Amino acid sequence: MDPNRPTSSSTRWLLFLTVALAAVATVAIAGLLINIFEHKQEAKTPFFQVVDLNDDIEDPAIWGKNFPMQYDLYLRTVDQKRTKYGGSEALPHSPTEGDPREIVTASKLEADPRLKEMWAGYAFSKDYREKRGHAYMLTDQTFTERQKVVKQPGTCLHCHASMVVAYRKLGNGDIFKGFQAIDRMPYFEARKLVTHPVACIDCHDPDSMQLRITRPAFIQAMRALKASQGTANYQVNTMATRQEMRSYVCGQCHVEYYFKGPEKELVYPWAKGLKLENIVAYYDEAKFKDWTHAETGADVLKAQHPEFETWNQGIHARSGVACADCHMPYLREGGLKISDHWVRSPLLNINRACQTCHRWPEQELKDRVEEIQTRFFDTRNLAMDALMDLIHDIKAAKAANLPDAELATARNFQRKAQFYIDFLVSENSMGFHADQYSVKSLAEAINFCRQGQLALRTKLTSR
Amino acid sequence: MKTNLAVIVLGVLLGAAFGLGVYTFVYARGYSYLSNDPQSCTNCHVMQENYDAWLKSSHRSVATCNDCHTPHGLVGKYATKATNGFFHSLAFTTGNFPDVIHIKSRNRNITEGACRGCHREITSAIVALHAAGEVSCVRCHFNVGHSAASYVISNR
Repeated sequence: MDPNRPTSSSTRWLLFLTVALAAVATVAIAGLLINIFEHKQEAKTPFFQVVDLNDDIEDPAIWGKNFPMQYDLYLRTVDQKRTKYGGSEALPHSPTEGDPREIVTASKLEADPRLKEMWAGYAFSKDYREKRGHAYMLTDQTFTERQKVVKQPGTCLHCHASMVVAYRKLGNGDIFKGFQAIDRMPYFEARKLVTHPVACIDCHDPDSMQLRITRPAFIQAMRALKASQGTANYQVNTMATRQEMRSYVCGQCHVEYYFKGPEKELVYPWAKGLKLENIVAYYDEAKFKDWTHAETGADVLKAQHPEFETWNQGIHARSGVACADCHMPYLREGGLKISDHWVRSPLLNINRACQTCHRWPEQELKDRVEEIQTRFFDTRNLAMDALMDLIHDIKAAKAANLPDAELATARNFQRKAQFYIDFLVSENSMGFHADQYSVKSLAEAINFCRQGQLALRTKLTSR
Repeated sequence: MKTNLAVIVLGVLLGAAFGLGVYTFVYARGYSYLSNDPQSCTNCHVMQENYDAWLKSSHRSVATCNDCHTPHGLVGKYATKATNGFFHSLAFTTGNFPDVIHIKSRNRNITEGACRGCHREITSAIVALHAAGEVSCVRCHFNVGHSAASYVISNR
């Protein structure tokens, strides 16, 4: 046997192994080099202009060619997720001729039948569902059962579709003229003029990408609000700060509103201020009612998603925190910092939305929010019960043939209580946007209900 | 002859790996991590905001990043640089880290130690009255170095 053989064989193996390792190391280092190179490039190239944008381009997919990261996030508003009190799950729906939707959300009316009684005689008592993302705003409005119960005007589209191109076309470049024309049309005629839910063009200037206000009702309402605060002729697009605009673009639609006069012109009732008592005073002065309550005969009001007004009463607004700071917080894509266009509940995005300012673990922050919401939810239930008591008492008094004049005080209390409760229940944060204000307002609503009951009792006993 | 060829191939490969390694090290400014220059920490842009905030902080003329974020002894300092350097590179290369980053307990303890190192005359009197770990400097003085956000109160 040759004593050298095994040694020579193991040398060869060692050599082979070293070559293999050196090769693997080279590949790994080259890979790292490329990765570092890419990271350095990411930090350098914030924007590629692929298409020229202008005010006639409505399709967000075209804007998305210049801003692919923002566009991809924007598309994700199709996701349906639940938080403890908000959001929704996707429920399958068998498409019918009148409603081709395959997925809907759960009915809120079934979950809380008191809502049906509060809205008795109004379309909302027929169909009212849990919320879902921006992607569904146009489809859900088109196919809600409410459309079958009442004839709606084109006004509704102001906040459920991308409107800039339609308004400009109809008004020959003037959005105010286009706005007035569409308000006067029946809904389904106006519906043919629009195709997309809210899109890039509704909040961004196509030349500079700066935020801008495109909704006539908001421009007019801000002018009225600022006038009541002592600033004459306020122009939101030239006078608002950048940080204000990061809330105002959302406030274009997440607000309380009504349709004024036979022209069905959209108006936000802010001429006396944004608080509940200011808004009720405005409606009382305008002698406005949304409908007559089917069970009590009271002239009542319907409140709608007043997130902007409610946020304005809270600590975040007071601290200068905008809607976008929590609902569209900054995120990093490589070396770039962009705002998250996947608009959603901050509870689904606590690291970016809350922890930028609040130095607490995610679970602790979530627990705090849910505690605030649970306290609101419990108070809301007390207020709903009080409202049911008042409605039942007015019904009984009507049945006992108490004349209208003697029912007037109680009915007026119902109008106020109902608007306060509806305002906070329709508001999409379960009390979080302004917790103390919301609970205080519910306490006032409970007081209105009980005062209404007392007013009836005096009338009934004095007979 | 055969062996000689293999040795040459090995030499070329090892040389290539070494050369590429040196190039990558220089290209990524690897040498800067051995220094005390705060700008090295902004080589990867994640630290840019902390750096900007430090420039405006009360500590900018008396303490650099290393003074608060590495131990003051030579061995501890380079051991910390090596460990943090490895984990930061890993996170940045894979992209697996949250947008709002938070300091973890090991590094928080280093910073606590740094506070107590320089401000010994004041802190020794305070610390003496409390059990170990009962008081924290940065729990209240979280913004003396830079922004508030990078310090989250937690048990981690």
